[in-house]
Amino acid sequence: MNEDMNNPQTDFLSLTIDGQEIQAEKGQTIVQAAQKNGIYIPTLCALHADKENGLKHDLAPGTCRICTVKANGRTTAACTTPVSQGLVVENDTPELNDLRKTIVELLFVEGNHFCPACEKSGSCDLQALAYRYQMLAPRFHYAFAPREVNADSSKLLLDGNRCILCRRCVLSIRTDEGKPIFVFSNRGDKSRITMDPELIETISDELARQAMEICPVGAIIHKGKGFDTPFGKRKYDHRPIGSISPDTTCSSGENTTGEEKS
Amino acid sequence: MSDHIAAIGAIAAKYDNDPTRLLDMLLAVQEQERYVSDAATRLLAQELGLSWGDIQQTVSFYHLLSQEPRGKYTVYLNNGPVSIMQGYDEVAAAFAEATGCTFGSVTADGCIGLFSTADMGMGDQEVAALINGTVFTHLTPEKARILVKAMQKDMPIQDIQDMITDTGYGDGNNSLPPIGSMVRNNIQKSGPVCFGPYQAGAALRKCVAQSPEEVLAEIKASKLRGRGGAGFPTGMKWELCAKAEGPERCVVANADEGEPGTFKDRVLLTERAQLLFEGMAVCAYAIKAATGTLYLRGEYAYLKDYLEQVLEQMRLENLLGKNIAGTSGTSGFDFDIRVQLGAGSYVCGEESALLESAEGRRGEPRNRPPFPAQSGFHTMPTVIDNVETLAATVQIIDKGAAWFRSLGTEESTGTKVLSISGDCDRPGVYEVEFGITLGELLTLAGARDPQAVQVGGPSGRCLNAAAKETAISFEGCPSAGAILIIGAQHDLLTIIDNFMAFFTEESCGSCVPCRTGTWMLRNTLRRIMQGKGTREDLTSMRQLSAVMQKTTKCGLGHTAPNPILNTLDNFPHLYDALIPEQTSIRAFDLEASVQASNLAVGRASVVKKEQV
Repeated sequence: MNEDMNNPQTDFLSLTIDGQEIQAEKGQTIVQAAQKNGIYIPTLCALHADKENGLKHDLAPGTCRICTVKANGRTTAACTTPVSQGLVVENDTPELNDLRKTIVELLFVEGNHFCPACEKSGSCDLQALAYRYQMLAPRFHYAFAPREVNADSSKLLLDGNRCILCRRCVLSIRTDEGKPIFVFSNRGDKSRITMDPELIETISDELARQAMEICPVGAIIHKGKGFDTPFGKRKYDHRPIGSISPDTTCSSGENTTGEEKS
Repeated sequence: MSDHIAAIGAIAAKYDNDPTRLLDMLLAVQEQERYVSDAATRLLAQELGLSWGDIQQTVSFYHLLSQEPRGKYTVYLNNGPVSIMQGYDEVAAAFAEATGCTFGSVTADGCIGLFSTADMGMGDQEVAALINGTVFTHLTPEKARILVKAMQKDMPIQDIQDMITDTGYGDGNNSLPPIGSMVRNNIQKSGPVCFGPYQAGAALRKCVAQSPEEVLAEIKASKLRGRGGAGFPTGMKWELCAKAEGPERCVVANADEGEPGTFKDRVLLTERAQLLFEGMAVCAYAIKAATGTLYLRGEYAYLKDYLEQVLEQMRLENLLGKNIAGTSGTSGFDFDIRVQLGAGSYVCGEESALLESAEGRRGEPRNRPPFPAQSGFHTMPTVIDNVETLAATVQIIDKGAAWFRSLGTEESTGTKVLSISGDCDRPGVYEVEFGITLGELLTLAGARDPQAVQVGGPSGRCLNAAAKETAISFEGCPSAGAILIIGAQHDLLTIIDNFMAFFTEESCGSCVPCRTGTWMLRNTLRRIMQGKGTREDLTSMRQLSAVMQKTTKCGLGHTAPNPILNTLDNFPHLYDALIPEQTSIRAFDLEASVQASNLAVGRASVVKKEQV
């Protein structure tokens, strides 16, 4: 499972997550180490690079904070905190899961999320996490904030109602020269993702599909293509987020199978 | 168009087409063109080899930069807490009436733009405004009307200032060129460290006669802790940086004094700039750094020329530059300092956000580790200290750690410079020993019928004014510098609402619990203030606050709930008065909700006919 284990060049260390001792490579984050060991830590911004999503590197923007764990007793974002020898990590605890549920609730009331009418329903990480943490009626008031739906581009549609500002697209969907196509604009409650109006027209079909694929919600839609996998057969329709796949130690939060092909 | 290309090209060239100087370039574009247009963004991108998006994300972050024209004269009227207590509404109304335009917009002829801005460090001389970089203080509706007339006549801003300054320029260096401002220092109480006797260069000459390790040991022995709020032991911070791997090291002075109600660094910069710069040199010697940066908040741009003049004078006196303080050869000590302007952002006071900003990007806190001491400004191991902290190190080296420890308390050695404002007879700057009680401070400042005291600004603590025994110290009630006295005549929750609106606006927007939590707390508070709150709202505000404290990325999110939590704890009666009974769903207003429908179909509500 882990070829690097045989590489004498790599430094290994051990840590525990919820009492389970695991091996990790020096330089890995807690999320990366957990992922390699088949332990699920929820993420909405961090994303493991794999064949399905076509990413070259793991992403860890550190924006969503839903991966918050306790490391040696202190709360911290697991996606940006490096492992260390003997680190004691608490992950799947009632206290932490309540924090995560709160973050999911905050995202639901901040944007305008109507799951039944959303193209991503069934493959949406936010929706799947709301089920995982059994969100019923949110305890917070809805913002009902007007958000822009930008359909100017011939390639992609960007729906601000659904965007959770995770920055996966900002960090990874770039031109060959590394220029950002998606841009994080403004600050505070005015923060929005916008598209470079010129560069977006140069985006290849492959990159457009990747943008739609890596978006944890249904904010990015590849025009004229959309999603091929029908409702009922999507990522989380039969296996809830965070469940361990039978044929791999990867959690299904990271392991997408047979869907969203354009 | 070709003129525009040349103008933008010249601005880029002035900063060597270096993308990390983007903030300076954008400030120059804003000043010249009164906004940063899309065309200017594209031209600048071309000049720097960046894309539109690279620049858009930076421009849109800072509130002193704008993407719409802000008028030939741009009025930023301070809507900070003291300003709203001392007549902001009346002054704003006078500006609006005289110009015929509303706040947030520009007059039809493009002459005057009216905007409000967060606290700009003038809490002891409100109502204050920044007009094209020039500070106007003690504004009244009458003065606002005079200002508008002068702007409409197209008078140069310098002439407008001279005309309105009825009592002459401010005191001290404020009165002299190159500052020449109406800003006043209001130093009400001098102390032995920051405002005490200071012999320029003495500490630096003592430093170079010792090893860097000995200097570091002296700072550690003084038990000096950071004055910016967090209170981290300064000697330990320097040691971490000195031991970090890296070809070069760097010292950064944090003069992004943005906490509403704080203005002590402004006075230190005006009157004790050399003490600060010498402190940066002391630090540089101890950690073996060759470069220093003073990050100056955009609102204090009027001090920049003066600060650069002080730096130049120090170079002439061999206190900066090559072979400082008579050193030479292989033991020569080289160090120099540059002033970097900010562009309007509170979160840039957070050390890693400050570094991002100083490198020309959005001022967002970095993910840590690595910490700045390991990898900071341009990845160099970096010490970032508050202005006051660096100033204190000079006196520690000159007069000794034991002398410094004799001041203050066991845990909090030395003195603290406080900015006292609000309802008191003597607002201004006070240098006092740590351990002073709230009661003593209120007496010193001549507080008038105080109900509450906001210690350390919105991110600090809101104390009941009756808690007179509370000591100002790291082990008691810490303060980064602000003491805001709120008299009994003010509605405290209105001021708390001002704080929450401030945090909502100033959150960098990056992390979910801060971005959503700040506006959620603000909205919930507003609903309660409108009489639509429930007991459940109080519970949910506490729950949300706890989540923010545990999950947000930086100090802004950790401390943003404090105004709510402190008032829930210390002033519960204010909430009780607004939520009198065990209510059900009060947030839902049936009449208001069906009113639009009733109007559309022309029918009256059966619930309350008289209201339709």
